[in-house]
Amino acid sequence: MLLRHTKPDNGVEREALVINPAKTCQPIGAMYAALGIHNCMPHSHGSQGCCAYHRSMLTRHFKEPVMAATSSFTEGASVFGGQANLLEALGNIFSVYNPDIVAVHTTCLSETIGDDVAQITSKAIESGKVPEGKRVIYASTPSYAGSHVTGFANMVKGMVDGLAGKTGTTQNTVNIIPGFVEPSDMEEIKRISAEMGVKTIVFPDTSGVLNGPMTGKFHMYPSGGATIEQLAATGDSKATLALGPVASAPAAKALDVKFKVPCEVIELPIGITATDRFVDALHRLAGVNVPELINRERGQLLDVMTDMHQYTYGKKVAIAGDPDHIVPLVEFLIDLDMKPIHVVTGTPGKAIPKRLEKALERVGRDVNVKVPGDLFQLHQWIKAEPVDLIIGNTHCKYIARDEDTPLLRLGFPIIDRVGHQYFPTLGYKGGLRLLEKILGILMDRQDRDAPEEAFELVM
Amino acid sequence: MPDHAIHGLLEDRKGQVLETASGTEPTELRCGTRSAAGSVSQRACVFCGSRVVLYPIADALHLVHGPAGCAAYTWDIRGAMSSGPALHRHSFTTDLRETDVIYGGAAKLEKALRELIAKHAPNAAFIYSTCIVGLIGDDVDAVARRVSADTGIPVIPVKSEGFKGTKKDGYAAACDALMELVGTSPEAPRSVRGINIMGEFNLAGEAWMIREYFERIGVPVVTTLTGDARVETVRRAHTASANIVQCSGSMQGLAIELEKRYGQPYRRVSFFGLEDTAQAIYDVADLLSEFDPELPQRAAQLVGDEMARVLPAIEVFRRDMEGRRAAIYVGGAFKAHSLIKALRHLGMRTVVVGSQTGNSDDYKRLQQLCDPGTVIVDDSNPVELSRFILEKKADLLIGGVKERPIAYKLGVAFCDHNHERKIPLAGFEGMIHFAREVHGSVTSPVWRWTARNREVRA
Repeated sequence: MLLRHTKPDNGVEREALVINPAKTCQPIGAMYAALGIHNCMPHSHGSQGCCAYHRSMLTRHFKEPVMAATSSFTEGASVFGGQANLLEALGNIFSVYNPDIVAVHTTCLSETIGDDVAQITSKAIESGKVPEGKRVIYASTPSYAGSHVTGFANMVKGMVDGLAGKTGTTQNTVNIIPGFVEPSDMEEIKRISAEMGVKTIVFPDTSGVLNGPMTGKFHMYPSGGATIEQLAATGDSKATLALGPVASAPAAKALDVKFKVPCEVIELPIGITATDRFVDALHRLAGVNVPELINRERGQLLDVMTDMHQYTYGKKVAIAGDPDHIVPLVEFLIDLDMKPIHVVTGTPGKAIPKRLEKALERVGRDVNVKVPGDLFQLHQWIKAEPVDLIIGNTHCKYIARDEDTPLLRLGFPIIDRVGHQYFPTLGYKGGLRLLEKILGILMDRQDRDAPEEAFELVM
Repeated sequence: MPDHAIHGLLEDRKGQVLETASGTEPTELRCGTRSAAGSVSQRACVFCGSRVVLYPIADALHLVHGPAGCAAYTWDIRGAMSSGPALHRHSFTTDLRETDVIYGGAAKLEKALRELIAKHAPNAAFIYSTCIVGLIGDDVDAVARRVSADTGIPVIPVKSEGFKGTKKDGYAAACDALMELVGTSPEAPRSVRGINIMGEFNLAGEAWMIREYFERIGVPVVTTLTGDARVETVRRAHTASANIVQCSGSMQGLAIELEKRYGQPYRRVSFFGLEDTAQAIYDVADLLSEFDPELPQRAAQLVGDEMARVLPAIEVFRRDMEGRRAAIYVGGAFKAHSLIKALRHLGMRTVVVGSQTGNSDDYKRLQQLCDPGTVIVDDSNPVELSRFILEKKADLLIGGVKERPIAYKLGVAFCDHNHERKIPLAGFEGMIHFAREVHGSVTSPVWRWTARNREVRA
């Protein structure tokens, strides 16, 4: 549709420009993280538009109401600072919407004019804008740095900075920071841990907030989310397991530095190898054995991988996604004997190319990698060397249509399909779901394209 | 108004809500004010206003100067259809980073512009300033002048810094940008005995439907502003003899400016609902009757033909809808007027009506139009909206992306009348689609499981 008739223009190094971004800005990640706290009102300290855009985008992705307040900056606030706006906002939020906690994130506007959110928050508490027993946390999330993933990471760290404490008695719990993943994935992490008999505090936890059931009732604050008490207790846990270095490591490291809670940072458990590492880490950190049920789930995934390996063999894949997703995804694809050949993420970060390089070691050929890159770049690569499958968010559908290549939707945002809210892609079960989707897509394509005589009933 | 409806509202908000009573004069509703800080407002910003107005110009380059977010959130989210080029459906951004904020982003902007113009050969370029650009003070005008001089195409800065007001100010900034183009082609003003259709963005192909009515009665349309427009047609907008303005919130300012500059008279019209569509066609016939005395007759003929076709078609739906109640929450209040009338055709009564950006006159008119006991609200929020919907026992909410899940959570039917609609709801034909949309949602069996449990909890 958009670029169908154009030729690839490889080798053009663009520095000043992003075409069709493979990322968005920090504040939306911070807003999403804050929704993973029970009874929490996320607050956007900036112009009204930021908050409206983030709420709209999250609503499109989750098909759920998304609540968040804004400081409603005006020209005056941008000249004189946003302190008055934030003070007024906190007063209004607590008196009208009555949350237990407000999670404030900044924007490019409030950062550039130099608002000190920490100082304004203390002032709000001193001047009685924050009622007794209510809490305010904050994170610095300027839109001109990082991406939606780092914004998420910063707000999760804000939870530790603002709420975690230590009583001196270490509890038999493991903190798990699940990263910028779906509510269904957070639910799956909790299920696997529970099956293994590990006591956990999973934070943030948007399950039950953004994948709630239809009840005929509108709750400003749905029933899910990590509670303030749980977040306060994270300093007493015996360990932290951070899933995904970009999204989860900063909070895990903060718990380590402040409260000496040892942390382990691993890749998101996408696919068999990465989930093995996750299960092993839980086993070691919590001192529990792996139960039969989990072994069985692993065996089922392996069974389908075995049964169908001829269908995945050598299939070329192009990937756009967030760094913590694409590294284990690449690993999983290689385990399936597929060839990830074009890989971009919009999120900048020095460590990301190294992680990708390591994950791509076994691919056995040259791979196009761009960090940070955009979807225009990915499209040009696909034109130069076509693939059998594209994996990425909804925005990849333009490329899929132009190049007549199937798309597996994974990542953020997915605004044209449902399912991600309810069915996980993490863990062995999630791996099985991903594999089932990949196979379905490839085999549908084979059926569609097969000549009449080669059209097979049994596959 | 009765206490229960405003119970729990921010003190600040009380002047912005009222409930109509019978036999009273319309009163002043406070509006056009900024939202209280800390409210969960459904409103957007200046940039948003500018972007939605200009983006349908399909052969122009739309470059968002700022961090990637502003470009990412507005990437092809409205179905403004183009019959040809699709450059507007890409997302171009300078992706300003920390160093740009410190040292300035003008050099990056210039580089990006030159590269994109060389690559895509657009017929004009719009540069949207975001919040950050207003703060770091990039000289966007100077960059635009230089690049325009070198490339020979108009390069137009849009002063759309998010914090500089409301979405309405963004509309104004977009209209200023359009004025840079209008009148730059050599033809004489008002040399075409036709019209411009302003404030029509061709969502779901609606501009094409409306255009066709005018073609049928022999009225040429010089350009639509801006649905399926091209730079060239915008440049020739001054050649039309009159203007009609559909989304008046966004483009009335431009119509006034064109009247001043080129003597083009304009009318505020609406193409939502049967009466309003008919009135719009009559208005155009009236505006142009001095050139074509038989035009009003042809207009009447067209309206008659269409009504005869549409009325029986919606009768089927009306039977199921009779007596049901609707709530409306839309961007501009003028559209709400049309919706109330359209709903009456379906036998439905409007019990709650609000907008993000309505003005005082709009709200007075709403009070006259609505039955007693209707809640009228400016710049509402989810908690208020949900309460009003339940208290007034609405069966249907008409709104946009952020309102949809609220309605669904309450077990209330929904019709998207905002930019995410997929089906043309304008014109005579649109009334049938509207009836079908509303019917499909209101009578869905899915509500059987939830209708009894409706409740709101803050």
